[in-house]
Amino acid sequence: MEEVGAISGYRRDGGGVGIRNHTLVIPTVSCVNGVVGRISREVPEAVCITHGHGCGRGGLRDLEILFRILTGTIQNPNVGAAVLIGLGCEVSNIRALAPHLEGIGKPLTVLNVQDDGGSLRTAEKGIRAARGYLKELAAREREPIAWEDLLISIECGGSDAMSGVTANVAMGAVSDWLVDRGATVMFGENTEMIGTAHVLARRAKDPEVAVRITEMVNRAEELNRATMGELAALVITPGNMDGGMSTIAEKSMGCIVKGGTGTIREVVDYGAIPTEKGLILQDGPGYDADSMAGFAASGSQLMLFSTGRGTPAGFPTVPVIKVASNNRLYAAMEDDMDISAGDLVEGKAIDTLRDEMIDLMIRVINGEQTKPEANGMGVFTFMTVHPPF
Amino acid sequence: MRNNVMIIDERDNVGVALRDLAAGEKILSRGVEGLTAKEEIPASHKVALCAIAAGEEIIKYGEVVGVSAHEIKRGGWVHTHNLESERWKK
Repeated sequence: MEEVGAISGYRRDGGGVGIRNHTLVIPTVSCVNGVVGRISREVPEAVCITHGHGCGRGGLRDLEILFRILTGTIQNPNVGAAVLIGLGCEVSNIRALAPHLEGIGKPLTVLNVQDDGGSLRTAEKGIRAARGYLKELAAREREPIAWEDLLISIECGGSDAMSGVTANVAMGAVSDWLVDRGATVMFGENTEMIGTAHVLARRAKDPEVAVRITEMVNRAEELNRATMGELAALVITPGNMDGGMSTIAEKSMGCIVKGGTGTIREVVDYGAIPTEKGLILQDGPGYDADSMAGFAASGSQLMLFSTGRGTPAGFPTVPVIKVASNNRLYAAMEDDMDISAGDLVEGKAIDTLRDEMIDLMIRVINGEQTKPEANGMGVFTFMTVHPPF
Repeated sequence: MRNNVMIIDERDNVGVALRDLAAGEKILSRGVEGLTAKEEIPASHKVALCAIAAGEEIIKYGEVVGVSAHEIKRGGWVHTHNLESERWKK
């Protein structure tokens, strides 16, 4: 009999453990999104994702992000095999990406529309490859895994005034529980740390990490002021104030509480893979979809995502557990929400909710679909910093 | 009776109203006794758990989230009218 609370996953040849066993089809560039579309209609069991990037931007920072996110999405351990559809003349062409995909330890088919006979014939080859991988992966079996094998990321978006009071406080308690068990927990959204750099820096593992945290949050604030000018103060909006947030520090505390109280071991760049275990910060944007792509490229196998207004968004290859901050939302969008933290208002103890969330998390790790998974609400897009040429 | 105010961290000197509170309404929360709302406090807004002097720190999540601009009575509504951001002055 299986031990209560035991978790299982798929061990990958290249190291790492997946809690899903997906066949991924992904384009290098938006020009060939239609090829991926054809494959998805023929092979609906594969996870077929498209995006709007891959060319037309040449800034070094954009190239770094582009390569890291595309290859990181393929490397994510929830992906068991992948079909990469290229064009040929794009910035993120196969030859440029190849060095980043060496030794990934999973089956990978690479096709190029310009070399493989145009879009229709490339789609045919992609369909055959994806079907082959689905069959191959179906033969893999789950094995027992440990909490140390997992990187779990925590996001909040479409927040309301209760997000920082109920759902984020509960996710913070889950985060502390995970870190105590040896798991790695990551949260990001540097714009939502503005005003709390000193609080986070105080929790840093060492002075170097503290400096990294301060630099990251200061840069987020400078960027916010440079981009928004005199509207910069609207990073705390009139709507936030109507909800009772009085200062940016108060709003940001309600965000960072989702990471719990642990020592911050490392700050990783957007989409980069952590080298430490324990609590990690990602230097990434607050926009949920971009932020989740960074978490996935960093190797996250699972995400917790709180929302108060109600966003259904998930990630294509990573189960995302949606935590409603209030029971009104849970009732209004029951098909999209996995659990409600709203019962804290009705008198439920925080420890009780935390344990319910842990039970749910264990079931999801072991294969139970989250609402975004079941509904096909995965979204894939990622950050760029320069305008297109 | 169900609690109508949540205190997030034991160091906090403000609580969060879980629903709209009327002036004179008794505040029910863990570890709080003999406290009534001095004025209307909207849901999800802050209520002072003790008298807060002018210039005193406002603590929520166990951290400083602002400084009182003038004296706030115990049970008073704490918001932008009587609290200043240490960081971005309004």
